[in-house]
Amino acid sequence: MLQNILDFVFGRLKPSDFVHDPIMAGAGFAMVGALILAIIGLTYFKKWGWLWRNWITSLDPKKIGVMYILVSVIMLLRGLADALLLRAQQATDGSAGLLTSDHFQQIFSAHGSIMIFFVAMGIIFGVFNLIIPSQIGARDVAFPFLNSVSFWLFAAGMILINAPLIVGEFSTAGWLAYPPLSELQYSPGVGVDYWIWSLQIAGIGSLLSGINFFVTILKMRAPGMTLMKMPIFVWSALTSTGLIMFAFPILTATLGMLSLDRLMGMHFFTATGGGNPMMYVNLIWAWGHPEVYILVLPAFGIFSEVVSAFSGKKLFGYTSMVVALLAIAILSFTVWLHHFFTMGAGADVNTFFGIMTMIIAIPTGVKVFNWIFTMYRGRVRFATPMLWFMGFIVTFTLGGLAGVLMSVPPADFQFHNSLFLVAHFHTMIVGGVLFGAFAGFAYWFPKFTGFTLNERLGRYAFWNWIVGFLLAFVPLYILGFMGATRRLDHYDPSMGWQGLFVVAGIGVAIICVGVFFQLLQLGYSIWKRNDNRVGSDPWNGRSFEWSIASPPPEYNFAVIPTVTQRDEFWELKKKKHGSLLKSHYEDIWLPKNSGLGPIIGAFALAFGIAVIWHMWWLLIVGLVGVVVTLIIRLTSDETEEKMTAAEVAKHELKRGIV
Amino acid sequence: MRKEKKRDFRRVKQILISGFIAVIILGILAFVTYGRAIPVLDPKGLIADQERNLILLTFGLGLVIVIPVFIMLFSIAWRYRASNTKARYEPDFANHKGIEALWWGIPCIIILVLGIITAVSTHALDPFKPISSSVQPVKIEAVSLNWRWLFIYPDEGIATMNYINIPKDTPINFMITSDAPMNSFWIPALAGQVYAMSGMSTQLHVMADSTGTFTGSSANISGDGFADMHFKVNSMNEADYKTWATNTFNSTKTTLLTDDSYKKLAVASHDSSQQTFLLMDYSLYNEIIMKYMSPGDSKVNSVDASGTSI
Amino acid sequence: MKNVIEEAAVQQKKTLGFWIYLMTDLVLFASLFATFAVLRGQTFGGPSGHDLFNMPFVLLETMILLTSSFTAGLAILGSNRGYKKQTIFWLFVTFALGAAFLTLELTEFSHLVSEGDGWQRSAFLSSFFTLVGTHGLHIAIGLLWLAVMIIRLIRFKFKQTDLNRLALFALFWHFLDVVWIFIFSIVYLIGGMA
Repeated sequence: MLQNILDFVFGRLKPSDFVHDPIMAGAGFAMVGALILAIIGLTYFKKWGWLWRNWITSLDPKKIGVMYILVSVIMLLRGLADALLLRAQQATDGSAGLLTSDHFQQIFSAHGSIMIFFVAMGIIFGVFNLIIPSQIGARDVAFPFLNSVSFWLFAAGMILINAPLIVGEFSTAGWLAYPPLSELQYSPGVGVDYWIWSLQIAGIGSLLSGINFFVTILKMRAPGMTLMKMPIFVWSALTSTGLIMFAFPILTATLGMLSLDRLMGMHFFTATGGGNPMMYVNLIWAWGHPEVYILVLPAFGIFSEVVSAFSGKKLFGYTSMVVALLAIAILSFTVWLHHFFTMGAGADVNTFFGIMTMIIAIPTGVKVFNWIFTMYRGRVRFATPMLWFMGFIVTFTLGGLAGVLMSVPPADFQFHNSLFLVAHFHTMIVGGVLFGAFAGFAYWFPKFTGFTLNERLGRYAFWNWIVGFLLAFVPLYILGFMGATRRLDHYDPSMGWQGLFVVAGIGVAIICVGVFFQLLQLGYSIWKRNDNRVGSDPWNGRSFEWSIASPPPEYNFAVIPTVTQRDEFWELKKKKHGSLLKSHYEDIWLPKNSGLGPIIGAFALAFGIAVIWHMWWLLIVGLVGVVVTLIIRLTSDETEEKMTAAEVAKHELKRGIV
Repeated sequence: MRKEKKRDFRRVKQILISGFIAVIILGILAFVTYGRAIPVLDPKGLIADQERNLILLTFGLGLVIVIPVFIMLFSIAWRYRASNTKARYEPDFANHKGIEALWWGIPCIIILVLGIITAVSTHALDPFKPISSSVQPVKIEAVSLNWRWLFIYPDEGIATMNYINIPKDTPINFMITSDAPMNSFWIPALAGQVYAMSGMSTQLHVMADSTGTFTGSSANISGDGFADMHFKVNSMNEADYKTWATNTFNSTKTTLLTDDSYKKLAVASHDSSQQTFLLMDYSLYNEIIMKYMSPGDSKVNSVDASGTSI
Repeated sequence: MKNVIEEAAVQQKKTLGFWIYLMTDLVLFASLFATFAVLRGQTFGGPSGHDLFNMPFVLLETMILLTSSFTAGLAILGSNRGYKKQTIFWLFVTFALGAAFLTLELTEFSHLVSEGDGWQRSAFLSSFFTLVGTHGLHIAIGLLWLAVMIIRLIRFKFKQTDLNRLALFALFWHFLDVVWIFIFSIVYLIGGMA
């Protein structure tokens, strides 16, 4: 009787699920400890109200953007800790017994999933939230409440993917969980379910956010800003969100089917019962390859902004850049099969996808040349964003070369699933997305704080990163040639791989020093902020975000600017029309705060927990909760409040004096 | 002016230091790489040899773009540094049809060349394509299990576990399937990999051109013991191979591989020892594939506790 | 309150956003359709679509859903002219027809399951239940939406936001109709062929 009640309440959760080996338990305790500390701190300083009003319930995209970035930074540290463990295990060829094979496999699965979904995606959406509205001359995004829901779904997914540190285990099937390994037959535990539902919940958030920014860009540009007058970062965001709209529903469907296999005994991707695991591999890469471009196109946009601003020059070949973005976006849907040339699809099919893959190199190459030529006849200032740009071109070109090597199917037969492949995509994602994020961080930081980051510490961070990066990944390219496959928790010492693994481990340690300098830079810059105070336009920028105050007011623009040409703000400055302020203000409608976004996130989290642990009552609670909350929101009428013209004038006046 | 000179000097110093660091890194890498086996670049088989050549050719074509990119990047960045006030500054120079046509055009030509190479080589090196040779090929059926490899020699009437013996200069026709999650069959010294999937049969054709022992492995994660899924490939003279095959077949001590003993092998195990068997069921490979194709028809169906056959 | 121009801009965004949402939903269905097309023949010794589908029954379902789409259109016509009673009446009819459709679909499902041809039987049946069921789930969500709207329309005055939402609902309902046509032709007609 008691057992039945327990089973009903807790599903398949047992006390033993809380027991972990020391390393995982340590990480779990650290997370819980940090959380408790944060709670104590908030209570002690009586900051709960502040947190609730100013952040959690805020619908201001700038606030939401900061929260995205914060989550991403924390997840970056988690992913980096995972990487350190993986490297330590392989540097000792597994003989030190640091990690069991099961734990090792959980770590690399978590490392990949976290870095893609909760670091790279989080950064991308964070930057969209912070930059897009002000670059297009808008006060807000198209759907502010939806934006909050997206973030809290992302946060719920983030909690789910970290929960296995405390209760249960994570997937051991790799970051894409190929069946039949990820099916019940081979992975009966909760690990794959954790993977599915953290990605599913965060993925739905990403999809909603993608729609939101797509509509924002199409419908909310300042008067006169035609598509071809948009800043190039906005173009990159438009193509990236366009890709999200087409790619993420495929992920939702695929994860859904895998979950139905596991929950209801269906046979989509099972080895037996007529299921077709190859279908999963096709579907997941039909999402997965565009996903790569979803991440890297905005990084391209950031670099375009940075190189043009720091060269004091127009972006070279704007039209080419736009055409290249569109070409990459469209082509990205025609190459997914290159992730599994080795499945035996036949020479004709492989040839087609191989050549399509190579064709993507053309627009990408054009972008590289245009960036370089943006510096030509410019005045290039090598501030930290520009250092990241230089590092990006070097790593990205090398990684691209490796990519072209792998696009030739017979060559790929030798590279596939080897460490060469691992090195390739890390070169692209670290060198592309992450360096882009760092460049953007240093570039836009003063816009949202009013002071710049310390340059010297930034340079130290950069050099540690770039050296550590080369040390960490060049050995992996060589190891690929030696026949070392990915995801090995141990290997035969006679293979002669250990030296290179040790070098790779040292590389990651140096990257950690780089990250340390970045954190130090952040802390030091905040501490010494009064020494680095800057005005609204520290870099002599080109787009509208530099025309408004730093940090910007909640409404961004007191007066919506009018656009007649590309780089309007830069051209205005040239004509000495530095200020866009006019005395005529109008009423501004701003969304009221809403606690319903985080509540929906909480119910989604409950739903995720329920479906992972088979607590069916909680599943109903979560589902009903989400639906009812949505109905409450959609039937409430007064969701916005007015700031009158007089109030706006008062605000602007106050800022003018400060 | 002097301040700018000083800054330039500091830059030169920085560049020298980074060059020095780069040399140290390269030295370390050379040290830990030197003398190790690099099968992909130092192949021992016909197919891997052609794949190596293809890799080098593609790499060379790629360098045609990569080297100019690096030269342009660093020379332009240096020439137009802010401190160099002598360089021309044209903030509105943003379009040049000729230049842009050049870098849309040149990559297009290179990709065209590479595309033709790809089409030809993909068909020539299709893993399903038999190697034409006057020598009678050896047929081997490879089955990936949890977590080991079973190799069936249907023509010799024997089977091996976690190792293969092959005659050199003889085409080897691998038929590959899986009785486990998806694996990938890879012997870098002989040829690139092909997936091993349950319920299907993929193929790989290789031919060793020298004797020696090479390592093969599963390149695709398949669960807990996946790192142990490596095997040895012993390439030997044809006479030695014949002797080995005949002796194994005739030896009375060789373990029998029946449908029942196969079922025991198919159970997940971390035992990665090398074993040799006498093949009793010549259709075993097909039975293993059939196991996944339709319910209950295969002779090697294992029955789990709940009574459902898997 | 916002002025008319601002309201119109808001509505434009919502309409575009909703169209885009529908398109993403279409991609989701397309994935399920593709899976069904691949797994259609994978009956694993079990029954095929030809053995299972009862075409007159499916035709009845189709007619009901098509009619409900028509009545939803009548409701929109009514709302555009500000005829409250007419609008609510046709919304009720739409709800009833939608509910009838859903009931029929669930009947079909329970019949299949009770015959031992549930989703666990084969890959074909898994993809069938998931594709048709996902459409059914959308219908259920649409009915919930419709119910909330009917209540609001009865209790409050006609408000512009409600009318706008009604237009979006009609869009959703027509969209589900189009998806059903695809299900009818691909799953039942082509999938039911021997």
